[in-house]
Amino acid sequence: MSDQDWTDQQPIVSIKDVHKAFGTLEVLKGVSMDIMKGEVICIIGPSGSGKSTLIRCINALNDIQAGSITIEGQEVHDTKLDKLELRKKVGMVFQQYNLFPHKTALENVMMAPIKVLKQPRDEVEVRARALIKKVRLEGKEDSYPGELSGGQQQRVAIARSLAMDPDVMLFDEVTAALDPETVKEVLLTIKELAADGMTCILVTHEMGFAREVADHIYFTDRGVIVEHGPPETFFESASDPRTKEFLGQIL
Amino acid sequence: MTRSFNTSTDLPVTLEPRYQGPDELGFSRWLGRMPVWVLPLIAAVFLIWPTVVEAQTVYSAQKIMDIMAKWLPLLITQGFLMNVIISFFTMLFGTIAGLFLGLGRVSDNSGIRGFSWLVVQLFRNSPWLVLLFIVMLTLPFEIRIAGTYIAVPDWMKAVFGLSLPIMANLAEIVRGAIQSVPSAQWEAAESLAFSKRQIMWQIILPQCFKRMIPPWMNWYAIMTMATPLVSLLGVTELVTLSRQAMEAEGNNPSLLMPFFGFALIIFFAYCYPIARLTLRLEKKYAVKG
Ligand SMILES: Nc1ncnc2c1ncn2[C@@H]1O[C@H](COP(=O)(O)OP(=O)(O)OP(=O)(O)O)[C@@H](O)[C@H]1O
Ligand SMILES: [Mg+2]
Repeated sequence: MSDQDWTDQQPIVSIKDVHKAFGTLEVLKGVSMDIMKGEVICIIGPSGSGKSTLIRCINALNDIQAGSITIEGQEVHDTKLDKLELRKKVGMVFQQYNLFPHKTALENVMMAPIKVLKQPRDEVEVRARALIKKVRLEGKEDSYPGELSGGQQQRVAIARSLAMDPDVMLFDEVTAALDPETVKEVLLTIKELAADGMTCILVTHEMGFAREVADHIYFTDRGVIVEHGPPETFFESASDPRTKEFLGQIL
Repeated sequence: MTRSFNTSTDLPVTLEPRYQGPDELGFSRWLGRMPVWVLPLIAAVFLIWPTVVEAQTVYSAQKIMDIMAKWLPLLITQGFLMNVIISFFTMLFGTIAGLFLGLGRVSDNSGIRGFSWLVVQLFRNSPWLVLLFIVMLTLPFEIRIAGTYIAVPDWMKAVFGLSLPIMANLAEIVRGAIQSVPSAQWEAAESLAFSKRQIMWQIILPQCFKRMIPPWMNWYAIMTMATPLVSLLGVTELVTLSRQAMEAEGNNPSLLMPFFGFALIIFFAYCYPIARLTLRLEKKYAVKG
């Protein structure tokens, strides 16, 4: 599946000079970043700066006009590439959870491996139950999304993505729609995931969390990366005035 | 369940805007909201009253009752049953065709989309009787399948004719239901590597299945009430038989009210519970979503 020449030593996700416009609105104006296997990176920035668009380009939910994005050495926006094959390697969790409302928590988790990966049902069920346990939702297997709290739904959504056994996980402001108390439980789940060595790309407004889990922080504004660095240097000695202003507002 | 929303907006939180078109359950609301005593009332007006009024003239009330009793079994087993059979087959074909036509309306392919739109527009609001005549006159009376000729009975042709407007109207229901599912469901499924076809059949349609049932039943009731139209094309059903029965009894005007009154009652008695159920389901699904 993955490119023959790619090894762990090279970036698992490599974004080079990506440009993206919606009609005449330029949203990404030359964004580059490299993410190594097992790294956790956080993307922060003001609303409308293109954070969601960027991570949606990574699993080809959005197309790009110029530049390149590779995952394990394979070009995402290669028209010859099967998008479905790519998406098997990349999990994504959304702000609004987007669970399938007509399926129970367990079915939500089991559905893609069975229907997409064609794995045997009983094998998938064992794994799905383990994942639900992992996100601390034991006992909620048979609940429908409508019967779960926002935080619980979001953890089911994380388990649902993990069930595909992805190499990279994308999180787009997954705690932004949650009550403050439930934010913690979701962040804890992500933290454990990161500690397990999952490559994670997160868009977040939780600065404390970013500081704690991220290996690298990117600050975007108006479609460009203004500044980036490891959390210590980023938060202590941000140099760009835009970054300073943003951090000043949010911290 | 608790639900919180993005706090980046100060606008008052409102529910997602719902499609507010013309009432798609208008017929069922009209029929289903009638009180139950409407049925005996109609019965009284059409059956009892004229028999009493005209009792002394040509036919006695007793005689009219006897005539009705004689014909009733035939009217039901050869007549109304035929209306029910026609309505079942019409709904079957109309639903299958309507589902695919509705899918065509939301296809990625603009050609398919345009064609489906055209078909829907053509059949949705055309007069049913005109469609029936066209189908009746253009369909061959027999079709050839694998070398053998199979006769197409008139009632089957009528089924095809009635299926056309049902198909077009159900297609709109399917389209509306599909489009009522938030696009985020598509994205979530796409990110899990589901193909477009899988998403439609395994994730989107099952979600909107429930909300399609009330309008679907509404169209069933409307169409069933319209099945006597086929009597104009010579298909044997309740109204055709009623007229033949009256003829056999000498075409006495005293028989008009009892016979057609009976037809009205039996259609009402059949469709009224359907309309009630439609309204109940609408309420139930509106709450549970
Ligand atoms: N499908 C689309 N069509 C047109 N414009 C879009 C589309 N998606 C996003 N945009 C625009 O692109 C810009 C960047 O949007 P994006 O969602 O990437 O921002 P963001 O950084 O994620 O913001 P937020 O923090 O509010 O989520 C915005 O101006 C938005 O209006
Ligand atoms: Mg966003």
